[in-house]
Amino acid sequence: MVTAMKESRGDKLFLISTYIYLSLALLVILYPLIYILSASISSPQDVNSGAMWLFPKNVTLDGYKLVFENPKIWNGYWNTIIYTVVGTLVNLAVTLPASYALSRSDFVGRQLFMGLILFTMFFSGGLVPTYLLVKNLGLINSMWALILPVAASVWNIVVARTFFQTTIPKELQEAAHIDGCTNLKLFIRIILPLSAPIVAVMALFYGVSHWNSYFPSLIYLNDEAKYPLQMVLRQILVLQEMSAETTGASMNGEVAIAMNNKAETASLIKYGVIVVSTLPIVAVYPFLQRYFVQGVMIGSVKG
Amino acid sequence: MKGSNAAVSGNPSLKNKSLGKRIWKNWELYLFMLPALLYFLVFHYGPMYGIQIAFKNFVPSKGITGSDWVGFDHFERFFNSYFFWDLLWNTFSISFYELAIGFPLPIILALAFNEVRNGPFKKSVQTVTYAPHFISVVVMAGMIITFLSPSSGMIVRFIEFLGLQPAEFLTDPAWFKTVYVLSGVWQSTGWGTIIYLAALSGVDPQLHEAAIVDGASRMKRMLHINLPTIVPTITIMLILNMGNILGLGFEKILLLQNSLNMEASDVISTYVYRAGLVNAQYSFSTAVGLFNSVVNVILLVTVNQIAKRTSENSLW
Repeated sequence: MVTAMKESRGDKLFLISTYIYLSLALLVILYPLIYILSASISSPQDVNSGAMWLFPKNVTLDGYKLVFENPKIWNGYWNTIIYTVVGTLVNLAVTLPASYALSRSDFVGRQLFMGLILFTMFFSGGLVPTYLLVKNLGLINSMWALILPVAASVWNIVVARTFFQTTIPKELQEAAHIDGCTNLKLFIRIILPLSAPIVAVMALFYGVSHWNSYFPSLIYLNDEAKYPLQMVLRQILVLQEMSAETTGASMNGEVAIAMNNKAETASLIKYGVIVVSTLPIVAVYPFLQRYFVQGVMIGSVKG
Repeated sequence: MKGSNAAVSGNPSLKNKSLGKRIWKNWELYLFMLPALLYFLVFHYGPMYGIQIAFKNFVPSKGITGSDWVGFDHFERFFNSYFFWDLLWNTFSISFYELAIGFPLPIILALAFNEVRNGPFKKSVQTVTYAPHFISVVVMAGMIITFLSPSSGMIVRFIEFLGLQPAEFLTDPAWFKTVYVLSGVWQSTGWGTIIYLAALSGVDPQLHEAAIVDGASRMKRMLHINLPTIVPTITIMLILNMGNILGLGFEKILLLQNSLNMEASDVISTYVYRAGLVNAQYSFSTAVGLFNSVVNVILLVTVNQIAKRTSENSLW
């Protein structure tokens, strides 16, 4: 009895420290996110001087005004939406049928195809040969340079294949075949409707990666009008190109007087632009979290 | 033939059919496979064909096949260049720094998640810690640059508030690796727990019940039941991480790189980008990239082999 008491006190202490640890993790990760949100609607003087440290101070929407009045950001937004939608559709059209075929044990040659695909995960031609290939195909400066070279991901094919293998009963496919159903019909009429979760997971994974991608556009696009949002963000956030050109269109009288200092304009637009570009993902994320987690889990329990 | 017959023996309708018939029966599946196959052949095996320019003097007008062979000249030039050891050192040190800090943290966090009750607290901590994973690398770099800005950065202000002297984080080479690794920890630790949580869900509850009867504390059960259960997952993740060691966070490094921190931030992959695409030294840069890939494969195979010998867990 005495030992049991002692044990449980130790357990309590252990549990309390676990909660403290998790709360600390929560704080460390949450704070920068809240800070950005607050900074994006606070006066730049208060942000830069450190007076604003948690809640917004001297609330102003000028930052968002600058962001929304900037034609480059709108253009980037629009391009990103197109690249994301078209890119994701291509991804799905390549990934789903192939994963389904690879999940069928009566598909002769599946090991060979799987091997061919998996090998590319560990060895690649590298940056320059890939660039030369895209160039030779005449894709430079076209949206297809951002879509075709990433038309499928090995990892996602493995995840989808595992899903088809583990959740679609074999008997269902055999029954359909006996009833004279062709593979194409089977896939479109029976398999896909039963596989809504994996279609959602795949669309999300691919969609996020298109939305966040910047490197392919850096090397394959040279026409600024075609730049996706991330390239515009790179100019503003990383290269700090706060030139008259970037912010100029929005510097009308009232705003210009409010911000006599270029640095202040720069910092104001930065926080706003971070929020605006990340917002679509943040907005849908809590609703979709379940699917994302599901996707990672399906991938992790592969046999 | 024997092997493939055994593989389909569970399916009576196919048991006695010839190979040709079995292929013909599912001809549509080859159609399903076609787009993916074309994609991998063109965009993954195609560039592998292009690797030969590492051994040639590639002249765009002559094409890949038409350019002249030069053997290992480009490799020798790379190995003998004064920046070779710096690149190698930066690449390996950043990788191992990241591995040492970034690899254990998701495991610890997952074990902690596993101890607390399923409730609003656990749920909200999980939601928040997963979230940074979805921040794009450009925005992440922007956040780092903004927070570490010497004049107005939030982190710099905080260090001053503590009465300390903040460093020139982004321009002092001594700080580059730490900035890179810690920002990565902030962004990906939460997301990294998912895979371990999936593994932890497979722990047999009877083991815990038996241990409780024997008077094992929570701490002991975590160390002797939960941790051993996820060791196979940990091993696989470690192998995968090792196999990718030279391909590390290239996009983020490129964004955080500046002329002042270059001596600590230039790694093989950023060098390949600069030499190959910015300065158009196609053949030389391909040779450097090939060196990188080959080292990666060797590392992967070695670690996999060690894991196989010592723990029976391996990728293949």
